[in-house]
Amino acid sequence: MPQFAIIAVSILFDGLAYAMFLFITSVGLSVTMGLMGFVNLAHGAFAMAGGYIVVSLTRDLGIGFVPSLLIAAVLVGLISVVFERGLYRRLYKATDLEQVLLTIGLAFMAIATATYFYGPIPKSVPLPLWLQGDINLGFRSFPSYRAFLIVLGIALISVLWYAFERTNIGAKIRAAVDNRRMAESVGINVDLLFTLTFALGSALAALGGGLAIQLFGLSPSFAVLYLVLFLIVVAVGGLGSLKGTLLAALVIGVIDTGGKYLYAEAGGFFIYAITIVVLLIKPAGFYGRE
Amino acid sequence: MRMLKWAGVAALALTVGGTAQAEKIKIGVVLPFSGANADLGHQVDKAFDLYIKLHAKDIAPHTIEIVKRDEGPPTGANAKTVATELITNDKVQILTGFVFSPSAIALAPVVTQAKVPMVIANAGTAWITNLSPYIARLSFSMWHHGYPMGAYAFDKIGCKTAALAYTDFPPGKDSTEAFKTGFEKAGGKVTESIPLGSPVQVPDFTPFFQRIKDSKPDCMYVFIPSGAHATGVTKAYGELGMRKAGIKLIGPMDLIPDNKLQDMGDAAIGTIVMGNYAVDLDNAENKAFNAAWHKEYGANSYPDFMSAAGWDTMHAIFDTIKKLNGNVTDGAKFIDAMKGWKTKSPRGDVMIDPDTRDIVQDEHAMEVIRKPDGKLGVKVLGTTKAVKDECKVLKLGRCGT
Repeated sequence: MPQFAIIAVSILFDGLAYAMFLFITSVGLSVTMGLMGFVNLAHGAFAMAGGYIVVSLTRDLGIGFVPSLLIAAVLVGLISVVFERGLYRRLYKATDLEQVLLTIGLAFMAIATATYFYGPIPKSVPLPLWLQGDINLGFRSFPSYRAFLIVLGIALISVLWYAFERTNIGAKIRAAVDNRRMAESVGINVDLLFTLTFALGSALAALGGGLAIQLFGLSPSFAVLYLVLFLIVVAVGGLGSLKGTLLAALVIGVIDTGGKYLYAEAGGFFIYAITIVVLLIKPAGFYGRE
Repeated sequence: MRMLKWAGVAALALTVGGTAQAEKIKIGVVLPFSGANADLGHQVDKAFDLYIKLHAKDIAPHTIEIVKRDEGPPTGANAKTVATELITNDKVQILTGFVFSPSAIALAPVVTQAKVPMVIANAGTAWITNLSPYIARLSFSMWHHGYPMGAYAFDKIGCKTAALAYTDFPPGKDSTEAFKTGFEKAGGKVTESIPLGSPVQVPDFTPFFQRIKDSKPDCMYVFIPSGAHATGVTKAYGELGMRKAGIKLIGPMDLIPDNKLQDMGDAAIGTIVMGNYAVDLDNAENKAFNAAWHKEYGANSYPDFMSAAGWDTMHAIFDTIKKLNGNVTDGAKFIDAMKGWKTKSPRGDVMIDPDTRDIVQDEHAMEVIRKPDGKLGVKVLGTTKAVKDECKVLKLGRCGT
């Protein structure tokens, strides 16, 4: 295989793995913002909570990595309902600024809590053997963990797509994102829908947080440091759109990886360049409503 | 902003009829206590606190009062604000701490104008000490590790070619420049030099390292600040199978801070760094330092090179207070008294160079190994005694002014 093709495959592979992480962690944020117009800056904190639960389950209780991911997602999903019912719902009609203040405050509290219990030092998790090696395709070997990330991402996307496009509840969510008042007036319980999607979004974020440990390491700053990435994905994709979030994650993942590989000197700049270009052409993002 | 006051250490009454008047010396400590790099601040702060706790009696009848402020992110802006407040409002007589080079750089003109000594416990950009006659540094210059590593990598590790990767801020450029100078002088060839983004970006190194892997150099020299990014480097390096591909990971000791080493896993084994400290250094002072540390902070808390420098920083400040008998109101005199200060430290023999006010210390080439007790540790491969900051010796660029 010619060299440029090998490089292209390699960039696609790494970019796709990165995109899957971005999609899984950001999709919940996009849907909740689209549905309620609620600015949830504590989204990264839910992702971080998932990560730390995975750390505790695998390292202290000896539970396997994959089951831990699932448990963490379910737990964080449930906890998020408490936050949604107890705190968030009071501010649905409030201004953006009040929402931002509440949720960024929660994020900072999450950082302090994580530092208190786990310390500021980055954590790692023990992986099962089948996720540690690499897969050799002859012309190049790929880390099996990233391959796992891609497979998992594709599976999740399929399930979400089916649920969103083919089920009754998916249709209700789409209706509520499109026109909330109309949806309410035909008898859709948007409040309940929101709680459900919020829990699902937080659970996915927790899953993403657990997956991120092996990619970048996990420290208490996760809650705010990675929030920038998630917000970029949501802004580029357009609020409330599954398709948009996926497309944004793919474009950002692949172009950022490719840029870093091919033009390493300007590496850190690409993600911002894409954001600026996309938002100049489509200010509401790929699939956002203008 | 966090405000920590640690007042009244070893509060002693005035000695009645004594000859020496007991002075209360106010020291401002500026370290990152919040945000992504809080753990770096705590590594230094714990060393400060420990030294003060164990040695407060040494400076009797004088006492000190510590005022702590948050250095903030590695941009320098916050540090400059809080340190200026410390000088003007709190009237501190000595400033210390400073993990990040941008903080020290931003503050240099302020301490020159205020004539307040600034004793640096970490910030390692080489030319910082040239910025003000009121600066002394107990930690290191990036050249202390980077420059000797150049020759060592070529002669001993077998690196004929090397790719460089660094976090894109002053000490990163400094460290790679230092390595490059030493490496090329020894006959090595640098294949490429890649900036890894700013210290506040998400540590996604895979695409950069994949690029380096494909260009097949013998070695990869990496500088990152010793926070979360250090773990990110080992992860990406291990995941891409770069060691198996024959590319050795080398760098300054920031790559393998002692307090993060255990969490880095097998991927770290075989990494060779140049540095002034490791908990495994075999000397009496270090054993005592580690014992005191574990007694105070628990068996699972480790000091690292930043803590060792923090310890020596407070040691030098205390010795100078003693030497001046508590009379530290004259900043210039304080710095003068510090020149030539030497001791046996946990790091080995250290001295403050009277000409440059920078540290002179031993440098150790160290390899990460799995120790018999199952923990990760380092093996010292070789030691160079009394290493000066070569950037100032060679008078390169801003080091010459």
